[in-house]
Amino acid sequence: MAILEVSNLTKSFGKTEVLKGISLSLEEGQVMSIIGSSGSGKTTLLRCINFLETADSGKIMVDGDILFDGEDKTKHKAKETREKQLKIGLVFQQFNLFPQYNVLDNVTLAVKLRAKERPDYKQNKKQILKEIEENALRILADMGLSDKVDFYPCQLSGGQQQRVSIARAMALEPKILFFDEPTSALDPELTGEILKVIRELAEKKMTMVIVTHEMNFAKEVSDYIVFMDDGVTAEQGEAEELISNPKTDRLKAFLSKLKD
Amino acid sequence: MFWTVTKSLLEGFGSTVEIFVMTLLFSLPLGLIISFGSMSKIKPIKLLTKCFVWVIRGTPLMLQLIIIFYGPGLLAVWAQGQDTGNAFIQWLAGINGFERFTAVIVSFVINYACYFSEIYRGGIESIPKGQYEAGQVLGMTKSQTFFKVVLLQVVKRIIPPMSNEIITLVKDTSLARTISVYEIIWAGQAFIKSDGLIWPLFYTGAFYLIFCGVLTVLFGKIEKKLDYFKS
Repeated sequence: MAILEVSNLTKSFGKTEVLKGISLSLEEGQVMSIIGSSGSGKTTLLRCINFLETADSGKIMVDGDILFDGEDKTKHKAKETREKQLKIGLVFQQFNLFPQYNVLDNVTLAVKLRAKERPDYKQNKKQILKEIEENALRILADMGLSDKVDFYPCQLSGGQQQRVSIARAMALEPKILFFDEPTSALDPELTGEILKVIRELAEKKMTMVIVTHEMNFAKEVSDYIVFMDDGVTAEQGEAEELISNPKTDRLKAFLSKLKD
Repeated sequence: MFWTVTKSLLEGFGSTVEIFVMTLLFSLPLGLIISFGSMSKIKPIKLLTKCFVWVIRGTPLMLQLIIIFYGPGLLAVWAQGQDTGNAFIQWLAGINGFERFTAVIVSFVINYACYFSEIYRGGIESIPKGQYEAGQVLGMTKSQTFFKVVLLQVVKRIIPPMSNEIITLVKDTSLARTISVYEIIWAGQAFIKSDGLIWPLFYTGAFYLIFCGVLTVLFGKIEKKLDYFKS
């Protein structure tokens, strides 16, 4: 069974139809890239799945759980939505780190706040907090940031900040990790370190969905690519095949424009 | 003579500080409430708040002071002259108005709360949307996001304009004497009548200067303390 299943998702802003019925699915442990020109609806799709926008109709399932169902008009409790939200993580284009916290606290803040809701929190407070910190340090080590744990975001390079934000998302152990153009806000020479981290996550079989402009990277790291154009999935398929053998004119035009 | 004057001015200064502290105590939280009103998604509330802020910021504090002190009494006199069974007008006829000192605090609090509200609004609205979104995707509640993530960033941003406004308040307290509330300028001026001396009035300036100096140092310290991060 697919871990992510989106069917017939639509979204309009006023009279502009941004998503015109998107359907896609992703297996556990796979990496999917979403490509397409600006305004094609990639980011809106990502934001709908992450509850930052509410879709108009359609359905989103993650890990057998309904995240969104356009048919279901009942109001859901904020707590319920938050629980569902935690199944997925999101890495922003602009990092959005919390400037007043150091690297370690950025990674542990949400996890610690969440731990407070555990019934055994009061009894095992010390133990729980210790585990959270150890886990965070382990993730930061994986990101190559062991020597930066007590730095503040303003003391880090863009690439380092983005790695912290990946660590922050990973600390909540999401089922799927989404990336919204993770390298677009970085200087070209810094994109490599982010791509390396994503590649390493892919090797560990982390399920990921990446909105990106880095076509070579998308081809290399993803199993599956979705090409979006004007609010629809114009073409989707195995990564290698899709890039080297585009079938639709729209994808052909898009790929050739990138080469120029 | 110098010591007699100093002692008298210190007494007046005590009253000045009292007005200052009471005004801050109430206007700081009231300003936050007003700022929520002017950012409200409910249109009538937003409009009403904005209108209120416009009126308060658009008229002199001295005038507001006079209206708040004399207004209720004048209304009562007018209502007493009406021959009507209207319950509201009867109620109006019975109102007493404020004591002088209370009138000062009420008008200062309203006036300063409106200025503070705009500073708060500016601070809150300047926090990038991404901070709220990051809180949300990390499963934090709205209040956790506000208190753990946004608030300190707002504080950092509003310290400079706030210190400006608060220092203005120190000097605005002298308006209290418009409705005969005793404070340091009054105390200084009293020596003109009683002893024919003008220098005690000039001397009051030293008290204001020292007080503002202390506040400036204090705000500088807070600013420095929040210097460790950029937002």
